[in-house]
Amino acid sequence: MEGVAHRFPRLLALVPYLLVRPGVLIEEVAADFSVTVPQLRRDLELLWMCGLPGYGPGDLIDLSFEGDTVTVTFDAGMRRPLRLSGAEATALVVALRALAETPGVLDAGSVRRALAKIEAAAGQADGVVVGLATREEAALAAVRDALDHRRALHLRYYTPARDTVSERTVDPMRLLLVEGRSYLEAWCRWAQDVRLFRLDRIEHVTTLDEPAVPPPQARPTDVSGGLFRAQPDQQVAVLTLAPDARWVAEYYPVDELIEGEGGAATVRMRYAETEWMVRLVLGLGADVVVRTPPELAEAVAQRARAALRRSDHLARSEAG
Amino acid sequence: MTAAARAERLVNLVLCLLSSRQYLPAERIRRTVPGYADAPSDEAFFRMFERDKAELRELGVPLETGRIPGFEAGDGYRIARRDYELPDIDLEPDEAAAVALAARLWDSPQLSGAANGALLKLRAAGVEVDTEPSVLVQPRVRATEPALTPLISAVQAGQVVTFSHRRHPAEQPAERILEPWGVVSWRGRWYVVGHDRDRDAVRCFRVSRIVEPVRAVGASGAVQRPLGVDLLKIVAGSAEPPAAAHTARLWLAHGRAYGLRRRATVLDTMTVQDVSGDVVAVELPGHDVAARWIAGLGPDAVVLEPTELATAVRARLLAAAGSAG
Repeated sequence: MEGVAHRFPRLLALVPYLLVRPGVLIEEVAADFSVTVPQLRRDLELLWMCGLPGYGPGDLIDLSFEGDTVTVTFDAGMRRPLRLSGAEATALVVALRALAETPGVLDAGSVRRALAKIEAAAGQADGVVVGLATREEAALAAVRDALDHRRALHLRYYTPARDTVSERTVDPMRLLLVEGRSYLEAWCRWAQDVRLFRLDRIEHVTTLDEPAVPPPQARPTDVSGGLFRAQPDQQVAVLTLAPDARWVAEYYPVDELIEGEGGAATVRMRYAETEWMVRLVLGLGADVVVRTPPELAEAVAQRARAALRRSDHLARSEAG
Repeated sequence: MTAAARAERLVNLVLCLLSSRQYLPAERIRRTVPGYADAPSDEAFFRMFERDKAELRELGVPLETGRIPGFEAGDGYRIARRDYELPDIDLEPDEAAAVALAARLWDSPQLSGAANGALLKLRAAGVEVDTEPSVLVQPRVRATEPALTPLISAVQAGQVVTFSHRRHPAEQPAERILEPWGVVSWRGRWYVVGHDRDRDAVRCFRVSRIVEPVRAVGASGAVQRPLGVDLLKIVAGSAEPPAAAHTARLWLAHGRAYGLRRRATVLDTMTVQDVSGDVVAVELPGHDVAARWIAGLGPDAVVLEPTELATAVRARLLAAAGSAG
């Protein structure tokens, strides 16, 4: 059963909502309020029992149902929705301001006019600022243009997990601005799947003379909860990070962090590419100890020894 | 009592208080509004009524309390219509689209819940806001740090806060007393900006590095944000000091180390241990970060100069080679 804290605001909003939409489809109302039709009907039945002191037939909220539609015939004085709460005003005003100050997302004029109207009705929200601006990205203009004109793109793209560059043709879908970075969401014809391409990793972009046609199975990525998702087939490493390597636990998602002696921390980390994990651990040198898996520790040590041999060899040949 | 009965009572309470110009005493409300008559005792009624008043205030219903002239038994209650009602608002379709996009900005249960609550009220005011706008650009901002909610509340209430904070993940947390001017999201991270009382200076703190619960101390309205202060600028100025760059000469195996190659210029080719590769010049940040990148590449990258960088890489490799015995 849903709590009063959820239902009560909806009940207060329903009568004014219906007042401005006489004869609206009940199904449409339910969708707008994100509830099921049976729940909405229960809400309407409840409102029907409410009204003004006296609570006689002429004092109660009155609704008339016709087919699948509903109309308010007496509002009992509930003509307008409640003002926005401080939290609601903050959530909306701060977001609009962020959009207004980020060029290229929406028409700046529309955003500013919307912002002015919301502020006039809901008040200002000071003290929370969101900067959406991302780093300068050379590929941005071409990507925006391809999205606007629905053109396919050919990318030369750097993949850090494999430390390689690949070439692929993609059908652009959306531009995502997430956590201070821009990503092109596109159907990758080579991977036959939706992929996110970080704009600052696009080495080269060519606009193709063919339309972007993402197939019907190309669904937008759910980016709620961050871009990194735990995958069932990922491997897990347990690492002990010295204080100077603790940034790893902030920079990459970790499943678990246990505080250790003298500011060290032991973390569980998931990874898809062994090569990537070897690079990370190898680079951290003495600041990390691999607890498990043993194959990872062995791979790191082998790469380190090979690197030392190569650099010794090179030093000798340069000297000689 | 069921939740439905309580919801019904709350709606009736709002309608009753909205319809009255005078302050209504609690006793009158008890006799009038359906649901309160069920209270078996005075005590039960007042408990019920207190909870209901708290619920209304929590939702932002402007419940007024005032003295009733010539009435001994205490305060009365009313809701002023002009304070309750959302003023007229009329959005053009392009403006409504901007509002819809703004509401989808947040990746945070609290903030996106609040934004959706606002949309609901706008719809109830007759504004048509599309729930699933098809957009070409979608910004998203995560706001899931637990310390964020109490910080926003303190900023908006103008209250001083204390918390403990690690300046660097490797450091022990230190207690801070801050007059918070605002919270800022910059490049995917949240910061709280304000006047640090102990240091008597403007400071930014990364919210994710706040380890203790945030405590608001002292009176509301005690903190005054200086006029004209640009919070975003303060954070942008302190968040990322420019890394001192220097040039290094490296050998990189062919077809490998693309991360470094992206910033490198090829000077020559050279074969080492039968592996062909390039000699490149590359701009690198400070030695620590550069040594980490290069050591990570193992035998695919070798530093030719400068010597300090080669030494730093070697130290990391020796540690890594030794750790597995």
